[in-house]
This record gives sequence, C-alpha cells and structure tokens, in this order.
Amino acid sequence: MGLTLERDVGTAPAETKTRLRIIDCDIHPYLRTPRDLDQFLSARWRQHLAEYGKGTRGIYAGRGTYPRFMPNTCRRDAWPAGGGLPGSEVDFIRSQHLDPNDVEFGVLEPLLEGNSPRNVELQAALCSAFNDWQVTHFTDLEPRLRASILVPQDDAEAAVAEIEKRAADPRFAQIQLSSRTPEPLGRKRYWPIFASAERAKLPIGLHVGGPSAAAPSASGWPSFYVEEHQVLSHSMPTQAASLILEGVFDRYPNLKLILIEGGFAWVPSLGWRLDANVAKMRSEVPHLKLKPSEYLRRNLWYATQPIEEPEHPQHLRTIFDWIGWDRIVYSSDYPHWDYDDPRLAIKIAMSDGERRAIFRGNAEQIYRFT
Amino acid sequence: MSRYPGAIDCDIHPTVPGIESLLPYMDDYWQEAFVSRGIDGLEMASYPPGAPISCRADWRPAKGRPAADAATIARQSLDVMGTALAICNPLTGGQVAVSESMGAAVCRAVNDWICKEFLDKDARFRASIVVPPQSPELAVEEIERRAPDRRFVQVMIPVAVEMMLGRRYYWPLLAACEKHGLPLGLHAGSLHRYPTTSNGWSSHYIQDYVSHSQTFEDQLLSLIHEGAFLKFPGLRVVLIESGVSWLPGFLWRAIKTWRGVRAEVPYVKRSPAEIVREHVRLTAQPFDAPDAAAVARIIEMIDSDAMLLFATDYPHWQFEGDRAVPEGVATPVLAKMLIDNPIATYPRLKENPTWA
Repeated sequence: MGLTLERDVGTAPAETKTRLRIIDCDIHPYLRTPRDLDQFLSARWRQHLAEYGKGTRGIYAGRGTYPRFMPNTCRRDAWPAGGGLPGSEVDFIRSQHLDPNDVEFGVLEPLLEGNSPRNVELQAALCSAFNDWQVTHFTDLEPRLRASILVPQDDAEAAVAEIEKRAADPRFAQIQLSSRTPEPLGRKRYWPIFASAERAKLPIGLHVGGPSAAAPSASGWPSFYVEEHQVLSHSMPTQAASLILEGVFDRYPNLKLILIEGGFAWVPSLGWRLDANVAKMRSEVPHLKLKPSEYLRRNLWYATQPIEEPEHPQHLRTIFDWIGWDRIVYSSDYPHWDYDDPRLAIKIAMSDGERRAIFRGNAEQIYRFT
Repeated sequence: MSRYPGAIDCDIHPTVPGIESLLPYMDDYWQEAFVSRGIDGLEMASYPPGAPISCRADWRPAKGRPAADAATIARQSLDVMGTALAICNPLTGGQVAVSESMGAAVCRAVNDWICKEFLDKDARFRASIVVPPQSPELAVEEIERRAPDRRFVQVMIPVAVEMMLGRRYYWPLLAACEKHGLPLGLHAGSLHRYPTTSNGWSSHYIQDYVSHSQTFEDQLLSLIHEGAFLKFPGLRVVLIESGVSWLPGFLWRAIKTWRGVRAEVPYVKRSPAEIVREHVRLTAQPFDAPDAAAVARIIEMIDSDAMLLFATDYPHWQFEGDRAVPEGVATPVLAKMLIDNPIATYPRLKENPTWA
C-alpha cells in the first residue's frame, strides 16, 4: 500500500441509537497484510502468486487499470489507528460502523480479485481461501458480520463444489458473483451456479466490478476514472437483461439476486425498454414466460449505495415507486470513500414502513440470517 | 388531416436498395472492386434487415427493400404526419467497414445517392452527411466536400466506434462539425470493434439493441471529460434513436461522480448536466416509457424543454398508426419538439425556402 498521510484519525461519532436495527448488504473486508491469506493457500499457490501474481485482465501487474481517487478506495478516516488497511480490523469496523449505526447484520463482500484470475484453478484456490479467511478473521470474531461464498465463477463445476462446501454453514449469507463476468451471466456456462444457489436457497449478491473480458464500453476504453466509475455500473443492466433474455428466471424461478453498488435509477428505464422490444421481437425469445419488467420485480433486488441523487430530491421517491419499495435494500459500502451513512443517505421523508422495508425488512426476506 | 402539421422529423431512414444503386457514384476503381469481387449486402449488423424493428410490417414492401425511394417515404410517412422537413439518416455499411478507404467510398456514394434520389426529388428532405468514423481524416474530407450543399444539416456516425469519441484522435472531426455549424449526430449502432456490452457479446439482438443507450452514455461522458465541449464550444451533439427515459438517471449519476472526483478533470468546471443541457439533443423516438404519467414524469426530470426533437424513426417499428409522440407530452413541450427545437438544433433548417 503506497503512501498515506500522517493524520489523526479522530474519534468515532457519538453513539446515536436509531430506533431501527438495520441490515447492511455491503461491507468490504480487507486483509491486514497479504500474509493473512497464506494459511489458507497451499504452497503451490503461494509460490504462484509470489512469482506471477493473480494474472487478471488488467494492464498493471499488481493494481487495477483505473487508479482510484483515494488510497485503497477508502474513507480517509477508516484507517485503523493500529495500522493495517481499512476494513481489516473487526474492532474498528464495530466501533466506526456497526455500533453507531445499530447494524444487526452486515454482509461481507470481499473485493480482492479472488474470482478474477484468468487461471481458473487459481480462482478456485483463492476463492476458497477468502471464504476461510472471512470466517476466521471476521464472522467468528463478530457474529453480526456474515460472509459471502466467493466462487470461481468462470469454472461452474468448481463454483458449485465451493457452494456445496459452504452452503450449510450459517456464517455464510449469500453467494457472491462479480457484475463484470467475462461473458454475460445469462449464458449456459453459468447455469450450474444458479441451480446450486436455488437448491441451497441462497441468494446471489452480484457486486459491481470484476474481471470482464470486454472493454468497459462498446466503443472502447474510457480515459479517466471519472468516466469508468460511472460506466462500470452498466454491467448491472447488462446482467439483468442477459439473465432475463436467456430464460434463467424461467428455469430457476426462485433465484434471488441482489445487485450491489450498481445504482438503481436505470431499473425502470431498462424494464420499459426491454418490454417494448420484447413485445416487438418476441420471436427471438419465445421461451420467456413473463414480461421482462416482471422478472425485475420478482427475482432482483437493488442495493442503495451509491444512493441516487436526483436534481430534485423528491424524484427519488418516484424511482422507488417505479421499482417497488419491496426491491430496495440498504447498503453502506463501508469503508469505501463513497460510503453511505444510513442516517443521511436517503434525503426524502419516508414512512416508518418504507424505512423499515429498505433498512431491514426487504433484506430479511432475501438473506438467511440464523 | 395530417397528424403533426409542419413537424420536422429528425430521423428517417431511407434504405440503399443495393450496391448497384451506389455504383454510379463511385470511381472506376471502386466500381470495378465492388462488381468483380461481388461485394454487396452491406447492411449493418446493428439493424438486421429482416428484424421486426428494422421495418414496421405495414411499411414493408412485398419485395425489395423498404423506404428505398422518395415517393414511398412521402406516401407512408411525410404526407401522413404532415412533415414539413425530414432529415434522412441512411444506415449503411460504409460506416462500419474495417477498411477505411472502402468505408469512405461507400459513404461518399451514399451522400451523392441521397442528393440525387431524395434531396433533388422532394424539397421536404434534408440529410445527414454520413462519414467514415474509421478515419477522422477521410471523414473531414467528406464533410468539406458535402458541407457547401446546405441541404445537408448534420454529420452522422454510429454511436459505438473504434475509440471513445472525446479522444483527441477525433478532434479534427469535431472541429469540422463546429466549423460548418453541423451538429454531430450519433445514431444507435456499432462498428462491432468491441463486444456489444461491457460483459461481452450478448446472445440476443434485443439485448444489443437495448444496450445502445449505454454507449450513448459512455460517449457523453467521454466528450465531457476529455474536454471536447471546451475545445469546441459551438459543437452540438444529437443522440439519435437512443431512447429518452435513460437520460435523467444518467445525468444524476454524472453529476454525483463528477462532484466526487472532478479533481481528475480540473478543466471541467460546470456540472455534466449543465453541459449536456447546453450541447446535447435527443430524438424522441423511441421514448421508452410505458404510459402518459411516466412520460410526463421523465420530461419533468429532464427539466429542459429544449432537448427533445420530434422523430418518427421511419421505417423502424417504434409506434403504431400515426401516433409518433407518446401520450404524456404536454402541448407546449410538443410544440417545441415538433418545430422550434429542431430549428434551434440544426441552424441550416432555417434556410428552408418555403419559410422565407
């Protein structure tokens, strides 16, 4: 990790009890040091990583293609006083986020490129190691935190094996996939993962990012992070459309996907656009049983962060109305720089029922918290 | 009684019947090349000729290509709508060819064919100059060749090209548009140099078509953040057949992201939404909203009565009968869409002799 400025991290905000114990669908755990993973990797893969690195599709050997705007993409005040990366110390996650915000359950979304190597055997080894690491370093220390089953998504057989290995373990709340899979997610190569998720009654958290084999745009490569950060969210409507059009939700009607950190203002327009075109070109997708917008309301949920900020704040209510209040789940993205404080992020007046649905009730319907 | 008397239709698609129609407008080398190599069938993959959306059923002829001559278009669309002026946007393979010289040859021929077969035959037609985005240099040559004919009111390329459009590589093209007062029209469609989505090639044409709106978003961000609108303050960009209802969410996200990391592009001192509202216009076909209430709310969110341009997208199948404008567009907005906004967007339309 490069330079960090010497600074006083200050004290955590005064504890303010909200009336509602909330569920946060997006907390990012980090390694204190890369060595923390070693105990979960074989000597063969430790050597491979030391010699060749992860071997993703990016342009740099050891970092992402688009340099972010903060070290480790994190809040300046999220660096633990005792050293290590933001999101790597359970005590600090607890005192900075879980306690003051009254988080009852927080779902971990590891973004450490476990599913990004082109070498799928390395993917499998890393995903399994990150799964062991989440329980050892997080959920066993803080039971409010729940892990995600990270899977080698490019090798469905290995992914299913990893799901089956973890599915009965209540410390895992979901299966995690990346939104930028190398092929559109509706493709048959991914179907065994969906079958396994449905069998295990586990939702799939689709987190933005990942190892796509395609350019960020159909017109190539943006120059800047300010572009790429926004363009990246197109992977969400793309995956939603692919899953719908390929018939995944007809084949696996009980599948639940939470789209995390991909925004949600696009959802109504995507549904309308798909409905209009499927109505005209039904002949291309005769297998669909419902209108595309109906799958958006049946099989998909949308996490709030980064919250949409309409120019006129009341339009946020319109967007929620169009999507359905039962489809929205709160997420903080702790400890990233664009973290959404649950007390401040949603700037419209809400009824108690609406607030409860977004901050708790909807997530309870999707996830397994036992 | 026509539906929208005096309307300016900002997107109609004459179809090139086949390569034989273009040969008269090619030099000896290219005539020889196309004939001896048997090259024809240059329709873009972005609009498969048989796809339902590529031509509404009641506009599809029993044989031959739809919308292939001026009289047919006048009868099926202009007379029905009451169109005063219609901008021809031919979608042909010149703009997607991997050879930039072949692409340029086809574009030149298409522009000359449009002149002879449409502009010269019915005074209501105007046209876009189609240029080869494969080569900004050849594109500029074609703009210089055709711009003196004031019936060409725009320069047009597909929205998905070989690089992000704000890059300096394209600045000569943007400069030529600005110099001649010609908006740059980006039309749904792709050169297919990259997969149609950021997750790779989709299985279905429906997904390709629906995903074009994402590329429109990408290109706006590129033009804004590369500083193209600062370098070319007179540049106007028209998004053609992009849909409309994606726009508000895009603007909100663009404002938010710029506010967060604008230090990366310190020269972008105005909000992306402000820049878009000044420089960018959209044809309002399709609109992509399900009912009058949603249409009205989307227009309220766009918060500009200057941005939407009336278009039928003829002969593409976007609406039934003559109802080219969805319900929910309030009368004052409709009046601006039909006539005022197109005239403000395309300065050359003011030169229409029938209005003099």
